[in-house]
Amino acid sequence: MKFVETAEGRLDILLQIDLQVSSGEAVAILGASGSGKSTLLGLLAGLDEASAGEVRLFDTPLSSLDEDGRATLRAGKVGFVFQSFQLLSGMTALENVMLPLELAGHESPEQAAKEALSQAGLARRLHHYPSQLSGGEQQRVALARAFAPNPKILFADEPTANLDAHTGERVAELLFKLQEQSNTVLILVTHDEMLARRCDRRLYLREGCLEAEA
Amino acid sequence: MNPLYLALRLLRRDWRAGELRLLATALVIAVASVTSVGFFTDRIERAMERQATEVLAADLRIESNQPLPDSVIREAERRQLDQASTLSFPSVILSKGATQLVQIKAVSDHYPLRGHLRIRDSVTSQENITSLLPGPGEAWLEERLLPLMGLAMGDTIKLGQSAFTISRIITYEPDRSANLFQLAPRVMIGLNDIEKTGLLGPASRVRHYFLVAGSPSQMSHYKTWLEQLNQSGIQIEDIRAARPELRLALEQGGRFLRLAAATAILLCVVAVALSSRRFVERQSDTSALLRCLGARRRQVGQIFILRLLSLGVIASLVGVLLGLVVQALLIHLIGQWFTSQIPAPSAWPLVSGLITGILVLIGFSLPAILRLSEVPPLRVFRRHLGAPPISYRLFLGAAIISLGILLIWQIGDDLLAFQLITGLLVGMGILLIVSRLLVHLLTPLRNRTAGSWRYGLSSLSRNPATTSVQLTGFGLGITVLLLLAIVRVDLLSNWRDALPENSPNQFLINIQPDEVEGVRKLLIEGGIKLTGLFPMIRGRLISIDGHQVSSDDYDNPRAQRLSTRDFNVSHATQPQSDNRIVAGHWWSETEWNEPWFSVEQGLAETLGIPLGAELVFEVAGRKITGRVVNLRSVEWDSFNVNFFVVGTPGLMLDQPATYITSFYLTDEKRHLLHRLIQTYPSITALDVTALMQQIRAIMDRGALAVESVFLFTLAAGLIVLYAGIQASHELRVQETAILRTLGLSRSRLVISALLEFSLLGGLAGLIAAVLASAISYSLANAVFNLPWQLNFSMWSIALLGGGLGVGSAGIVASWPLLNTPPLVVMRKM
Repeated sequence: MKFVETAEGRLDILLQIDLQVSSGEAVAILGASGSGKSTLLGLLAGLDEASAGEVRLFDTPLSSLDEDGRATLRAGKVGFVFQSFQLLSGMTALENVMLPLELAGHESPEQAAKEALSQAGLARRLHHYPSQLSGGEQQRVALARAFAPNPKILFADEPTANLDAHTGERVAELLFKLQEQSNTVLILVTHDEMLARRCDRRLYLREGCLEAEA
Repeated sequence: MNPLYLALRLLRRDWRAGELRLLATALVIAVASVTSVGFFTDRIERAMERQATEVLAADLRIESNQPLPDSVIREAERRQLDQASTLSFPSVILSKGATQLVQIKAVSDHYPLRGHLRIRDSVTSQENITSLLPGPGEAWLEERLLPLMGLAMGDTIKLGQSAFTISRIITYEPDRSANLFQLAPRVMIGLNDIEKTGLLGPASRVRHYFLVAGSPSQMSHYKTWLEQLNQSGIQIEDIRAARPELRLALEQGGRFLRLAAATAILLCVVAVALSSRRFVERQSDTSALLRCLGARRRQVGQIFILRLLSLGVIASLVGVLLGLVVQALLIHLIGQWFTSQIPAPSAWPLVSGLITGILVLIGFSLPAILRLSEVPPLRVFRRHLGAPPISYRLFLGAAIISLGILLIWQIGDDLLAFQLITGLLVGMGILLIVSRLLVHLLTPLRNRTAGSWRYGLSSLSRNPATTSVQLTGFGLGITVLLLLAIVRVDLLSNWRDALPENSPNQFLINIQPDEVEGVRKLLIEGGIKLTGLFPMIRGRLISIDGHQVSSDDYDNPRAQRLSTRDFNVSHATQPQSDNRIVAGHWWSETEWNEPWFSVEQGLAETLGIPLGAELVFEVAGRKITGRVVNLRSVEWDSFNVNFFVVGTPGLMLDQPATYITSFYLTDEKRHLLHRLIQTYPSITALDVTALMQQIRAIMDRGALAVESVFLFTLAAGLIVLYAGIQASHELRVQETAILRTLGLSRSRLVISALLEFSLLGGLAGLIAAVLASAISYSLANAVFNLPWQLNFSMWSIALLGGGLGVGSAGIVASWPLLNTPPLVVMRKM
């Protein structure tokens, strides 16, 4: 459960959420704007704390961990893909992908990053800066960054919303290909029904409750 | 993960992205100003001090009434110090059947070690600086001896068993001023000639002087060695113990320079604080992403701190290099003003520059940067979540501690540093409160206006926190600049006014009571403006509150000297115009017969004379007892006649006195002096023009140095301006793009930006004028002891200058935004 206290009183955002995701599964969460999709994603990834109830990540109750404990839990095991790519503008594609590997203490971050970028079809763009890449290429760098440490779970927030249909399709293909290869759990928040259909399960967030597809 | 490696990579990234350019530039300017000011003031102060050592003709002078012990001379030789010796004693010269009491000075080779002798070849010829010394059988005479004895150049004078030919007129000897009140005129001969005069008998009153010079560290070690030697009968003098007028001029000059350096620091810390705030705003995304990717808070903190420190070291090094270049240019520009060579830069300002850079970052950037580790990772989804507000306790604590260390260290004056920090904090508090209030008052105004005015006003009230920070930043910047302008113009000219052009340059002493009226008449008829003729009574202080005065009671060499010498005591009904009563009260007419004394504050402190103490003086074998009813501060650099001790007329009127006066004499009226000396041969005339020129030169060079330092502060002020404008840059990028997309014309955007920044600058200028007036009042009163007056023109300059300066700078800074297509801007957002 997630609520916030406002001047007008308590505002409930998420009320009844009961979600279990097993290894290798891809789950799409759909919902209208403001329905609380991103809030749910934040709670599941341990970026935010639930007001009530329990979130277990890798069998660890997140409420038992402090902020740093949750960060340690995420390091190398949790990947993120964002709508706005969230690449560091002053770093090259290679450096951006190396970042989570270094944080996770990977032995050879550069080699792993190169392989990840190669898998994303960006072997020739290693030393390009985000501003020198197209939107699709930027999102592919973000995917390479997310999958490079071999995460157990990947949270994707509207990964194709900022891209045109064609580029979005190619990015989606790469996303599901990498997810399948690495057997990573995928939690995908999207408006896009087509994209959601590629997932194993589709869940709808309506008035704070999570419902399976009718 | 190696945090340093990541920090350095991120630093490289930041530099490429331009993230840290503002902070780095602020830091480079901070360190460059401090370092160049440091190098510059260090070198100038050392040059000024070196020039001031001319008063001793050496860096250190050892005086004794016996030939100096061999050990003292050998140690100076061992330390490879430059040395010279002089002897001085009163004697009588004979010529053309007349005799005259003179003060003989015999000088060795290499004299003077500091400064130069100035001579004339004849009475009418030009004065020249010379490195010559009197040759064998030659004597150089003081000019007043010639009319006194009817002598001419080439005449012979007899001194003891030897005859000397008058070969030069000596017009200036650097160390003469240290012994201003030598009564007899000077005759200078070579040291090798002294033996054959046969005047150095056991009963002669010879003073032996051993002069040494060397590097500051050599002098300091040698002085320590001398003090540890604890040799009785020798006195060690350095510039600090020499004439109080010069010491005061030097100290005052140093204060101005250090204050100018401190103002540069104050401005730079404001710039660093402003740019750090912006850096935190711009780095919140990176922090959130790092935490999202699994970095712990401590790791994020480490990464940002290491980044900051790396930046600090690099920027400080660049700043030090820049400082070195700039000071070299300045030294090149003003070097010609110095007669002595300016010493090479020492390493200390380099170290202090680096430490300054790090301290500025710790005090004014670190508290803000530390907030970055607190950015919630959820910001990756919710952009409005940012770093938590800064802890004011942490910010103030770090700022006060680092600024305290910096200012006390730079200024070397705890009181001044305390006043500046208090002034800055109070000013910052007032600026924050007033700016919040102004933003609050502006909000309703925007609804009553239209067009560009409305956009301009709404820009100010849309984000009260940013506007307050901008107003505070601009306000502090303008306050410091105004303060420096006041210091430069008002305080500096007041300082120079303390020694006006027509300050007394002649002293007449040894005027007998029956000559007073005649002297007064002669001078007034000659068109001389007299301040008065003052009685002077020789007396020795023998007890304070019943306790016998002995040099053994004091550790301080000055106190030891004062306790054994005769004082010139006077009596007066009114205090001198340049005296200020600092404790007690001056006697009224009904109290003129009370047995009371007035004592100069410095003397009272040195000898431990409290207010109310009972003093006993011995005057001509009689004991005079009186109570100290007031302490006075005296402006020794005014060149007026002043006395350490003044008694009531009732106490001192009957004592045997001679009279003294001082006045300003132009070159055209010098004949008056000759007439006076011929009419009253027992009167001694002393010309202090050369000494005054020396002091005036120190003041002028000090003023020039302060004005040069002002340029650095101005540069720092511009950075504050830029940092202040950049504080709202992100918001402006967004709004400009939206407004232009919606069709608002560029000209209206320019006008609204101009209104916004001009209003900000004008308001900041107005508040700054109030603050600067208050601080300058406190500085003038408490620190520089100078008169103060409200400077109304400063208020209008602050208001207009702030408005125009910030307004035009705002337009310049916003120009790229106004000229970039909105689509390009939107894409970057």
